[in-house]
Amino acid sequence: MTVALKSQSSLPALIFAALATLYGIVFLTAERERALGALLIGAAVAVVLAARFGVAERVRQSIGANERTFDIAVIVGVLVTALWFHHEHFILLMMATSLLLMVAALGLTVQFGYAGVLNFAGAAFLGIGCYTAAVLTNFTSVPPLLILPLGGLIAAAIGSILILPVLRTRGHYAAVVTIAFGILFKTFIEVNDAVGGPQGMRVGSFTLFGWTFNDPIRIGTFEASFYLVYAVAALVLLVFAFALVRRLERSWIGLSLDAIRLDEIASACYGLDIARWKIFAFTLGNFLIGMAGALYGHVLGFIAPNNFTFGDSLIIVSIILLGGIGNPWGVAVAAAFVVMLPEKFQIIQEYRFALYAVLVILVLLFRPEGLLPRSLRAYVPGWGARESSPEGTR
Amino acid sequence: MDITLFGQYLINGLMLGVMYGLVAVGFTLFFGVLDVIKFSHGDVLTVGAFTAFATFLALKAMQVASPWLQLVIISFVAMMAMALLGALIAKYLVLPLRTAPALNTLLITLMLGTVLREGVRLIFPDGSNPKPFPRLLPSDAYTFGAFTLRVDSMILLLSGLAMIVAVHLIINRTKLGLAIRAVAQDGETAMTMGVNFTAVVLITFAIGSAVAAFAGVMNGLYYNEINFGMGLLLGVFGFSAAVVGGLGNIYGAILGGFLFAGLQTIGAVALPFASAYKDVFALAVLIAIMAWRPTGLIAEKTSERV
Repeated sequence: MTVALKSQSSLPALIFAALATLYGIVFLTAERERALGALLIGAAVAVVLAARFGVAERVRQSIGANERTFDIAVIVGVLVTALWFHHEHFILLMMATSLLLMVAALGLTVQFGYAGVLNFAGAAFLGIGCYTAAVLTNFTSVPPLLILPLGGLIAAAIGSILILPVLRTRGHYAAVVTIAFGILFKTFIEVNDAVGGPQGMRVGSFTLFGWTFNDPIRIGTFEASFYLVYAVAALVLLVFAFALVRRLERSWIGLSLDAIRLDEIASACYGLDIARWKIFAFTLGNFLIGMAGALYGHVLGFIAPNNFTFGDSLIIVSIILLGGIGNPWGVAVAAAFVVMLPEKFQIIQEYRFALYAVLVILVLLFRPEGLLPRSLRAYVPGWGARESSPEGTR
Repeated sequence: MDITLFGQYLINGLMLGVMYGLVAVGFTLFFGVLDVIKFSHGDVLTVGAFTAFATFLALKAMQVASPWLQLVIISFVAMMAMALLGALIAKYLVLPLRTAPALNTLLITLMLGTVLREGVRLIFPDGSNPKPFPRLLPSDAYTFGAFTLRVDSMILLLSGLAMIVAVHLIINRTKLGLAIRAVAQDGETAMTMGVNFTAVVLITFAIGSAVAAFAGVMNGLYYNEINFGMGLLLGVFGFSAAVVGGLGNIYGAILGGFLFAGLQTIGAVALPFASAYKDVFALAVLIAIMAWRPTGLIAEKTSERV
């Protein structure tokens, strides 16, 4: 491990993180659609050129060899971006939303990318988290710090109703079970007046040690939007989820999940308990999605059934497909784009469901493994750098 | 319960059963020939209903006044257009993915469904709001004591049943149907016997989609309202009907349609907490059925080659 660390400089990875942060700030600052379009095209050209001249490969190797440094650099990058926009409510809200969607997409990655368990009710589990937060802040005085894990637990518990049908069914049939559940959840919330019916309900503020998140921040002369705190909280949650998913992938659990996805019969022959691992992946995924949902409810401040439609579930699925199934970094990039693009290009807002659906169709037709395919599992930082072929056994 | 209400529920349930059955027939046909589930089927139904509506508006602009003529033309146009759409979907989205994992077909058709649904919403003027579908059928009603029989419901019910019989005859009594059944049983063997595989698949998708368009027009005429999201729920229920009856089995699909509609109607009648929860109930029953019988009541024979 140390050998690998020494043989690769961390400089390319750090430069890449810095450039990405800069790009993010410029992109978020840009207002006019023409400038935004130029930025997008510029990024695409830069990626193509970098791939052409071997820069991308060097960056990739450097990242592979210095994972921890790169992870910290990215966290710092996101923090810098959040601080840069500390006055801008809207941009911070967007950042928090994409960070939380990343957490949800990570949950789906565990279910779908690793264990191969289908879940087309992502938005419903996100909604369960949101409504947990709403109900708990409105009717109880449960400390908000507990609400996050509770949101996850309740999502996992409600999801466990689906375990039996999901386990017993396969492929298309399993898809229908989750689709039916997604629609059921939205319809149920819509007709249930106790949680506000179609009008939705308010979510109380997140408080931590007597400090209400919804108050604007004033420290000395420094003033910031209250969304800054939410963005940071979302980042903390994301770091937790990301670390968990990466650890999981590198452990024997991740290996078992991969084996089950690739061939159930073969892995059963080698003594893997398929039911147990599928239940594990499904429950853990729902827990992550529910936790993201609980914080998302606080961030939004007001939730309604229309936030959790079947279309929204498909958007979360689109994120993991566009990013590359099973690749957490790909998921992160895809989630950022999927959230930011419609907000930045107002013209897209109306067309977003259709646009992402078309994009996914194109990806499935021409690049079925996603835009950033999952690479070979690296058990130790630096392994992937020496063997640069992402093909072969995954 | 008094007889009036009972009659109402009965007609309603039968109507739903016919509609689910028609959608389910499509699912079951596609599954038969290609072993794929086309999740955009419900949205093809929506597009069919909206095509019919657009045709109606065009006819009105051209001052075709006779309701019967209008009815025939809009049904014909909708069915032909959807037959074409179904064949195009099969040719460009489903067939190219034949060798890919089944999951990709599932995703691509789900996403296609979204594209169709959103397309209707965005392209149709003011598409986000429900549209009033014209009442083209005579609205006379006959009263037998407390029981009221509406002529339009009867016509819809009978034409729906006629459509089911027509599909049955095509599949079982024609040469084309023979080819479809041959492909469904074993595509490769059918090809060696001189059946044009691609053509049969495209025609099957065309037939299924035309039937869905018919169901869409029926739905519009019965409820006098269409909206861009109607296909999603109808598609899910239609699929459930097909699954309950056992995929790949046409009679099972029709049986499943009536069974599912019956369950839904009973749910609406018998549940104490009002009919607001009837969709929730139906979906919950669907999930329970899937848990109990994972491949439908008439089970699909599965064996896996390792």
